[in-house]
Amino acid sequence: MDEKLLEIRNLAVEYHTDEAIVYAVNNIDLVVKKGETIGLVGETGAGKTTIARSILRILPSVTARIVSGEILFNGEDLLKLSEREMRKVRGSKIAMIFQDPMTALNPIETVGFQIAEAIQQHNKISRAEAERRACDMLELVGIPMERYSEYPHQFSGGMKQRVVIAMALSCNPELLLADEPTTALDVTIQAQVLDLMQSLKERLGTSVVLITHDLGVVANTCDSVAVVYAGEIVEYGTVEHIFDFAAHPYTLGLFGSLPKLDSKERRLKPIKGLMPDPTDLPKGCRFYERCPEASKECAEAVPADVEVAPGHIVKCIKVKGGAV
Amino acid sequence: MTPLLEVRNLKKYFRVRAGLLHAVDDVSFTLDKGKTLGVVGESGCGKTTLGRTVLHLTEPTDGQIFFEGKDITSPTKNELRRLREDMQIIFQDPYSSLNPRMSVSETIMEPLILRGDMTKTEMFAEVRKLMDTVGIASRFENAYPHELDGGRRQRIGIARALALEPKFIVCDEPVSALDVSIQAQIINLMLDLQEERGLTYLFITHDLSVVKYISDDIMVMYLGQVVEKAPADELFANTLHPYSQALLSAIPIPSIRHKQERILLRGEITSPVNPEPGCRFMARCQYAAEECKQPQKLEESSPGHYVLCCRYKEINNL
Amino acid sequence: MKRQRKKSRLSEIWRQLKKNKLAVVALFVLILLVLVAILAPLLAPYPYSQQNPKLSNAGPSAQHLLGNDKLGRDILSRLIYGTRQSLAMGVVSVAIAAVIGITIGAIAGYYGGWVDNLSMRLLDIYQAVPMFLLSVSLAAIMGPSLRNAIIALGIGTVPGYARIMRASVLTVREKEYIEAAKAINAGDGRIILKHVIPNAIGPMIVQITMGVGSCILAGSALSFIGLGAQPPVPEWGAMISEARNVMREHPTHALYPGICVMISVLACNLLGDGLRDALDPRLKN
Repeated sequence: MDEKLLEIRNLAVEYHTDEAIVYAVNNIDLVVKKGETIGLVGETGAGKTTIARSILRILPSVTARIVSGEILFNGEDLLKLSEREMRKVRGSKIAMIFQDPMTALNPIETVGFQIAEAIQQHNKISRAEAERRACDMLELVGIPMERYSEYPHQFSGGMKQRVVIAMALSCNPELLLADEPTTALDVTIQAQVLDLMQSLKERLGTSVVLITHDLGVVANTCDSVAVVYAGEIVEYGTVEHIFDFAAHPYTLGLFGSLPKLDSKERRLKPIKGLMPDPTDLPKGCRFYERCPEASKECAEAVPADVEVAPGHIVKCIKVKGGAV
Repeated sequence: MTPLLEVRNLKKYFRVRAGLLHAVDDVSFTLDKGKTLGVVGESGCGKTTLGRTVLHLTEPTDGQIFFEGKDITSPTKNELRRLREDMQIIFQDPYSSLNPRMSVSETIMEPLILRGDMTKTEMFAEVRKLMDTVGIASRFENAYPHELDGGRRQRIGIARALALEPKFIVCDEPVSALDVSIQAQIINLMLDLQEERGLTYLFITHDLSVVKYISDDIMVMYLGQVVEKAPADELFANTLHPYSQALLSAIPIPSIRHKQERILLRGEITSPVNPEPGCRFMARCQYAAEECKQPQKLEESSPGHYVLCCRYKEINNL
Repeated sequence: MKRQRKKSRLSEIWRQLKKNKLAVVALFVLILLVLVAILAPLLAPYPYSQQNPKLSNAGPSAQHLLGNDKLGRDILSRLIYGTRQSLAMGVVSVAIAAVIGITIGAIAGYYGGWVDNLSMRLLDIYQAVPMFLLSVSLAAIMGPSLRNAIIALGIGTVPGYARIMRASVLTVREKEYIEAAKAINAGDGRIILKHVIPNAIGPMIVQITMGVGSCILAGSALSFIGLGAQPPVPEWGAMISEARNVMREHPTHALYPGICVMISVLACNLLGDGLRDALDPRLKN
């Protein structure tokens, strides 16, 4: 379990547009261990998706620049691979599921064909063998294989997401990047899909990077959590650390913003203000302007990572090897 | 006391190619002044259509609507004009609910212009006041929607709805498209406004933690029908309908202490087109039996708690 | 402050358009043509109808840079004055077509149902007749003149605009701000004028720009067959027509107006292409 599958070191990604440079990801470090599910939590525009896209190297080529960093996958730097080598990694060793299952499927091919196609792309096997494995994959995600030759529009949203998952897992990837896989689905369907992902992960031993804004989903599925804010990981730890001993004011703010099913309070405690403009980030702590704990030094000093407990890292100068 | 809003046996059917789509089917409720009725359900359950029909944005197929004791089911043009000043709506999508070609002040002023009882100066003053009420700095007066973030856009939508000083507001998923920290800001704003102005809300959402937080009563809808209706705390404490039970168990709770026993439903929502007369949830229900094929009646299990299930007593050992 | 904002939308389009060098060149060509049309009396070395029998079909000279036509009129001057008629053909006929098309499209798209069905079927019938043939017949019925040619072209091209407008309105109609406007008691007229049309007009801009080009072309064709501008008023198509008889000996007489038509049509099309890219939100950044 403690073996590193993926290690991101000092990754920085910028988007260059005509007017400005968007600092989307700023020097993050992240480790994904074999077999673990790690949640990347944060708000819109925090840089979660950019991190996932950097791993697969599918950033928009015109504007995005990976400024620095290494992404080691089984010890090999993905950023140094040629496009050709990278193509062998995508889909077969690292797969990705997107938020919207509609756009991930080709509307004019049958779902079975699309899965078989994906399998054949990465394995030297016969068409018949690929089709047989595609049927297995469909059964695995709970779709009867009679539906092999149906088209995407004949499936509902939840079913489509299952097909996408089947396709992503068809080559037994070691790492699955799931970008808000259930956000577009209804709660009861979300429960089905999360349950499916969980059981498949246990059976296949896949590591999962789960991108979400829903702390409830994280609590139910993740082993560890990285809280992303303005392109930085402000807090990282096991799911127990984050949920019971959250130390960063932003993480605490996120929890305070959630309506709790069992509380009687008449007011929520939102985080004041808005996320800073990613083209013009504050020079000290990125959370300074919204932070209830902020003091003068926070505006100036760039907070360093503090390990408050083994494996629990907080980016805040107010935190010193203990609580705030 | 007469309730502010009363809806009796409201039906809204749409004619589609495959037949009749029962978007809202025999829904009744009352809503007292200053209270919030939460409507929850998954996509396609008719909750949005319900809100639109109450406001006469679409005309009901059948049933009656009373506002302050007056029958407003088929209002004349003039009555509708006056009614619209009392009943407003806040939309889900802060990106599509604002005209991209109109500035913040133009958007908020439009209802005032249409009411036409203020001078230009008065209207400007009123817009300032409304912006202040919903917490948008006056420097955004001439900004256009695309220059603003989701939270601010939603505040503009709220200001527009407040401009005519309505008594009743349909809130159609007003926070679903927002990030949690912004969501909390907007919910607080809506609660403040309710307290200050004595507003009554019909709060439509699929987010159960939000609905519990904000509502006095909750109505659970499935395929156009109300399957369970109860005071918020009662509904969460004594969930009776099998669908509500599955729905509540499916909410991911942000706590690791709280190990959830999820009830996983079979299959997916069935079609609301030409539904069978029996229980609409039957196909996915683990307790389905022969008697469920009969038309179901809403029963009062305890005062104020209604459930649409012929087997609710057996299922819940009552 | 407000004016500044409105301007900023234009400047946003300009910023996007700037990336497309061809479109920028096309825009300058069009501006130049408009200036030439406006300043024709100042720019043209001779009046367009001044005849000089001695110089009939004379070649280029220092006094007459592009030579003279059969009646000894200065070709350059006629080309310069011709810009007026040709541009008027393009711009006015498109304006007529666009106004009618936008109205029909907006009403059909907004109301839907039988209004939509009726107007679309009528347009189907309309379009079953070839546009040019229709314009020719209309112009022939109303009698040959520049004004009638413009009206004929305008009426003939309505369906294209109406369809694009309708399609665009159909997407706008579903937006929640339309419903919001209803909820605050806005009438249909106000909703169409203030909420629907301003938001649906985007795709029309491209169509209009390109339409100017094709109407210049069609206008020249009408003039060529004698249904457009009447002599002695110079119009490029008419000039080509007049040059027919001397085409063998003096091909340049037809070539110059031909080049003018080509350049203006090309400029409109390139600008239209550029605008399409500049207005497409998917291509932004």
